[in-house]
Amino acid sequence: MNLTLRIWRQQNVKAPGGFVTYPVQGVTPDMSFLEMLDLLNENLQAKGEPPVAFEHDCREGICGSCGFLINGVAHGGRRGTTVCQLSMRFFKDGDSLTLEPWRARAFPVLRDLVVDRSPFDRIIQAGGFITAPTGGAPDANAILVPKDSAETAFDAAACIGCGACVAACPNAAAMLFTAAKVTHLNSLPQGQPQRDRRTLGMVAAMTDELFGSCTNHGECEAVCPKKIPIEFIGKMNRDLIRATLHHRGE
Amino acid sequence: MLASKIPSGPIEQKWEKSRFEMKLVNPANRRKHTIIIVGSGLAGASAAASLGQQGYNVDCFSFHDSPRRAHSIAAQGGINAAKNYRNDGDSIFRLFYDTVKGGDFRAREANVYRLAQISVNIIDQCVAQGVPFAREYGGLLDTRSFGGVQVSRTFYARGQTGQQLLLGAYQALEEQVAAGSVKMHSRSEMLDLVLVNGKARGIITRDLVTGAIEGHAADVVVLATGGYGNVFYLSTNAKATNATAIWRAHRRGALFGNPCFTQIHPTCIPVSSEHQSKLTLMSESLRNDGRVWVPKKKGDNRAPGDIPEDERDYYLERRYPSFGNLVPRDVASRNAKEVCDEDRGVGPGGRGVYLDFADAIHRMGEGQVREKYGNLFDMYEEITGENAYKVPMRIFPAVHYTMGGLWVDYQLMSTIPGLFVAGEANFSDHGANRLGASALMQGLADGYFILPYTLPNYIASNTLEKVDTSHPAFAAVKDEVVKHVAKMVNVRGKRTVDSIHKELGRMMWENCGMSRSEAGLRSNLARIPALREEFWHNLNIIGTGEELNQSLEKAGRVADFLELGELMCLDALQRAESCGGHFRVESQTTDGEALRDDEHFCYASAWEWKGDGGQWELHKEPLAFEYVHLAQRSYK
Repeated sequence: MNLTLRIWRQQNVKAPGGFVTYPVQGVTPDMSFLEMLDLLNENLQAKGEPPVAFEHDCREGICGSCGFLINGVAHGGRRGTTVCQLSMRFFKDGDSLTLEPWRARAFPVLRDLVVDRSPFDRIIQAGGFITAPTGGAPDANAILVPKDSAETAFDAAACIGCGACVAACPNAAAMLFTAAKVTHLNSLPQGQPQRDRRTLGMVAAMTDELFGSCTNHGECEAVCPKKIPIEFIGKMNRDLIRATLHHRGE
Repeated sequence: MLASKIPSGPIEQKWEKSRFEMKLVNPANRRKHTIIIVGSGLAGASAAASLGQQGYNVDCFSFHDSPRRAHSIAAQGGINAAKNYRNDGDSIFRLFYDTVKGGDFRAREANVYRLAQISVNIIDQCVAQGVPFAREYGGLLDTRSFGGVQVSRTFYARGQTGQQLLLGAYQALEEQVAAGSVKMHSRSEMLDLVLVNGKARGIITRDLVTGAIEGHAADVVVLATGGYGNVFYLSTNAKATNATAIWRAHRRGALFGNPCFTQIHPTCIPVSSEHQSKLTLMSESLRNDGRVWVPKKKGDNRAPGDIPEDERDYYLERRYPSFGNLVPRDVASRNAKEVCDEDRGVGPGGRGVYLDFADAIHRMGEGQVREKYGNLFDMYEEITGENAYKVPMRIFPAVHYTMGGLWVDYQLMSTIPGLFVAGEANFSDHGANRLGASALMQGLADGYFILPYTLPNYIASNTLEKVDTSHPAFAAVKDEVVKHVAKMVNVRGKRTVDSIHKELGRMMWENCGMSRSEAGLRSNLARIPALREEFWHNLNIIGTGEELNQSLEKAGRVADFLELGELMCLDALQRAESCGGHFRVESQTTDGEALRDDEHFCYASAWEWKGDGGQWELHKEPLAFEYVHLAQRSYK
């Protein structure tokens, strides 16, 4: 099949960007979306033009490297799928697709479809951990974790940190990402001693990093490749109130 | 040259004894010592976090945008530990025994025993960090059995064990970043190693956003940069996984151990076309209920459902009546290749075999099959568009893991003083074949529990003069790196990096993959240098080195694969025996099984770089088996 791609091209973080249109011929349904871009890049390089920069690594939906908007939808709109898992089977001959990077003030565009997501690391630094210096841990079975808590923790820990939730949110909020980590650690008995500190620290970091606030649009949940539910934001908000009350007057 | 430094005494006491003998660094002095750690996967992140906690000044480097992206995340199955929580006869000795035997007697006993001992501490550590392992209703940890062993010792977090363990280490690392003890250098790729007076004292990196080439000095350097399966172009490894850090260290004097030992995983989704960029692994657990077959007749193009039962060859069940579809990874892979070579393969290009669940569905009902394997069937359908409840899956082996890597002694130090190597990047613990759920165990053992002892011991036992990046050695190596990068950019030829990489991959897969012959290896040894010439004369990189340039990044990695590929073939050629994942067609039993030759090859090979153009010298580390006795594996 033949496609027309309209792709955001931007030389570097300071340069202005713009859309450039490229035809792609000979796309087959067994290709993945990124393999289709590989094909475009091979053709561009043959013509002496710079290939389109995009991030990717595992190409099986787990590393969180890839992601851009396809016709305005993060990861292309197939439920529970990263763009690297998206098959060309779901497109048809003559389709016209617009590809652009995550759009958020906190995620500057570094080149073409590549953005800087380092604010996510700094949100983790603000409390997204359990302090357990190597060597001092008790026997693993000394800590009982109810199966339900373990399941909730896992559902939240499945977040791959791709940034789609930020890109989809009209406010460019990082609430789903932050709530996932808060829920993961706050659901476990091991996470209790630092529960308040963690919640307060991570929420403050979110604001410091210029992410917006949640106004319950639910776009984040719709595009999340790991299907992290929006109810975790509610859980984080409850923990935030709890922590704020515990720390009144400090 | 090869001093393995294995401590004396009974195997159970070696690690304990050497831990006591190791020198310590006074807590007040630790801040004065800088440690460079390259790589932030399980081994790198766990080492960086642990050494940061101890008070060292750690610089950690990753070419990813975040340390959390390292390829350790892709491990699905689980992590082994000799906890014996199941009361089913497991023990440290049994895990040690299984690993030595599974590695087909080509690993160092003392290292493997230590790995088994440490395995129990790893689970404790990870649980304390909040890794959400699977649980029983009573709140205790759940385990499952894995990879043909007879005990249930594999801890898991759904199908994402690697991701969850890495997040544990990553979070501990970020905590240290916040505390100021670790400085994280993301999007920064190591391009060379700097030696001062024969000791590793720093690295040269390229900033992948600006292209800036910079030096970084330290007292000791750790490489935890993963494996090199991408030399085959197509593998289950992530696209950016590469050998550059270890290869550059090899060129500076670090010996390379067992380069030809590669693990080929039997259950991957077959290649569908020339455009394929990556292979996807399907969990091995599918072989518990799926039956592997191909048509008996050559070139049979009928749909699987049209091939009657008596015209199908369930070749694993036929050849290995006692293990059937559950033979180890290397045996299953090799047999799939053989039937495809006989022109009995299925699917596009004939490089695939059926993994059929019809009998399982008939026996257990579709509901139960869905419950057990539903997510895998969904994943298969997402990629291939085929419903495996209706038509058999098609699978084919794919490169998955490299057991070889830089040679290290018992302390995990390479032959360059001050250069330590951890995780898949070293050659140490898996011999000629790695057992399932052991890669995560080894990465974390090295990072959490071995390097935090052996690095301080090195620092405390050596006089390390003060060195910073103003030392002339840094300027000299930096200059070489700048020239190397410029040379690639300035070829201005006709071929893209990917096209050259694919050609190398095809050669490696054809002649240095699942089965290897003298003729095939010799042909590769003649063709790889020619392809290297092609690379340096006809490469086409658009743009410059002073910007984010993904083609340039790839080119640097492929340049090193073009040298490493040659060494792999050389190693495979000299090892004229079959062992583990290394199958030499000249060394097989009368019924076509792998034949090990302990009389001539009971050693680890360690290759010394002797200059450009395919010159190496082979050193041998003899292997002694005092606790697990040498025996031929049989799965008949």
